[in-house]
Amino acid sequence: MSGLRDATLRVLLLVVSLAGWEALVRALHVPAFILPPPSQVGAALYRGAVSGIYLQHLWITLAETLLGFVAGSVVAFVVGTALAASRRTEYFLYPYIVMFQSMPKVALAPLVVVWFGLGLTSKVVSAALIAFFPLLVNTVVGLRSADEDRIDLMRSLAASDMQIFRMLRLPTALPFIMAGLEVAMVFSLVGAIVAEFVGAEAGLGMLIQSRNFSMDVAGEFAVLFILAGMGLLLNAALVTVRRRVLFWDPSQKAASNGSALKGGL
Amino acid sequence: MAAEAIAVRGLRKEYETSRGPVLALDRIDFTVGEGEFVAIVGPSGCGKSTLLKMLAGLLPPSRGDIELRSVPITGPRRDIGVVFQSPVLFPWRTVLDNVLLPVDVQHLGREDGRARALDLLALVGLRGFEHRYPWELSGGMQQRVAITRGLIHNPAMLLMDEPFGALDAMTREGLNLELQRIWLERRKTVVFITHSIAEAVFLADRVLIMTARPGHIAEEVRVPIARPRSLDLMAAPDFAGLVGRIRAHFHAKGGLDA
Repeated sequence: MSGLRDATLRVLLLVVSLAGWEALVRALHVPAFILPPPSQVGAALYRGAVSGIYLQHLWITLAETLLGFVAGSVVAFVVGTALAASRRTEYFLYPYIVMFQSMPKVALAPLVVVWFGLGLTSKVVSAALIAFFPLLVNTVVGLRSADEDRIDLMRSLAASDMQIFRMLRLPTALPFIMAGLEVAMVFSLVGAIVAEFVGAEAGLGMLIQSRNFSMDVAGEFAVLFILAGMGLLLNAALVTVRRRVLFWDPSQKAASNGSALKGGL
Repeated sequence: MAAEAIAVRGLRKEYETSRGPVLALDRIDFTVGEGEFVAIVGPSGCGKSTLLKMLAGLLPPSRGDIELRSVPITGPRRDIGVVFQSPVLFPWRTVLDNVLLPVDVQHLGREDGRARALDLLALVGLRGFEHRYPWELSGGMQQRVAITRGLIHNPAMLLMDEPFGALDAMTREGLNLELQRIWLERRKTVVFITHSIAEAVFLADRVLIMTARPGHIAEEVRVPIARPRSLDLMAAPDFAGLVGRIRAHFHAKGGLDA
């Protein structure tokens, strides 16, 4: 098994699939407003790249996604810590959390746009709402997963609750938190795009919507590829962080293989 | 013998369960001298670990009291070192940082602590491993790190809860020799819990025999064998005699391992 040969095969597979797509569309005379051939998608990508229209919308969607991700994650971590620290807090908040969690958060997007307007804020809120839960749940589970023996060890040294949190519970929770962050990143992109669909002045989601109305399907595909690339890069950034932070976690080798598949939604 | 380091008087522990109270330990009385090595041997489920948790201040007794250097143990204290059955190392800390955990928790000063840690690591034969991570070490080496961590804050007593129970027989014998060497050098007050009679006799000045339901100290056996003791000693008649005498307790009552 040579790595070079596999890499070549991989590229070859991509070229063959694109060629097959092109050939089929042409042979079967599929209209371009149903499924455009990859050559037209490529042309649309090129045109947009030259005119700078993609970059302009990409920055906006990226900003919405990242701000929503950060806001949702920070709130989720704080609430998750409060829930993990006190059974009483959990008792009072739990019913609301269950109710809110079982609701599809994307259904809130129209309301969020009404409340926060057509600009950036509504997209950030929508992204944050969807990103919130995966991290909340993982934070609570992670902070509670510290081994009994390790807690006994810390207590036997007369450690304070704060020290136990900082030196034991938080590091123990990190693999859970990192996994939650990866899901939250994918989800916040979903939240931003959905809110753009509902109503926006700019962004890649808005661009998809407007091209759909004008039946520019090749242009729509071009934006989809850009979104896929953006999602991949955001995920890759988090995977890099995770590998550095969790170098000590034996489950990392197994996790890194499956991480691309746990996107969901 | 020197002054008493540990005094346990009239200790009793009851647990509340859904089927009413269960008596885990009753009428436990013993003392441990300063610098003495005492082993507590008993079958599984006799309450050895409960006793150790009370000595560590992790569990309050239902009745009776425990004093360490004449100060009652009412909760966790800074002058107690504990070594558990599993090494309980933190995988995100290096060997050195694991050893320094008590120093970090108790704010004892990292500079001093570091020098002491390197000394102790050399003493347990882990010189050169200080920057490795626990998962890079064998089980026996991990337990030696745990012993080093138990000693780093210079505790008044070292509690060991079946520290070699999870290791294979060869490693275990090696660590018994090692522990004897460390003890001869540092002369800590040690309470060592085990279910291996041979291990208890090999290591201890005195063996307390614990029987189950409720946990109770049935007899004390003094081990008048000079140190350093070698592994060959285990075949000697006086050693075998002591082992046999302790074993008789468990045969009479049933329930014995090793």
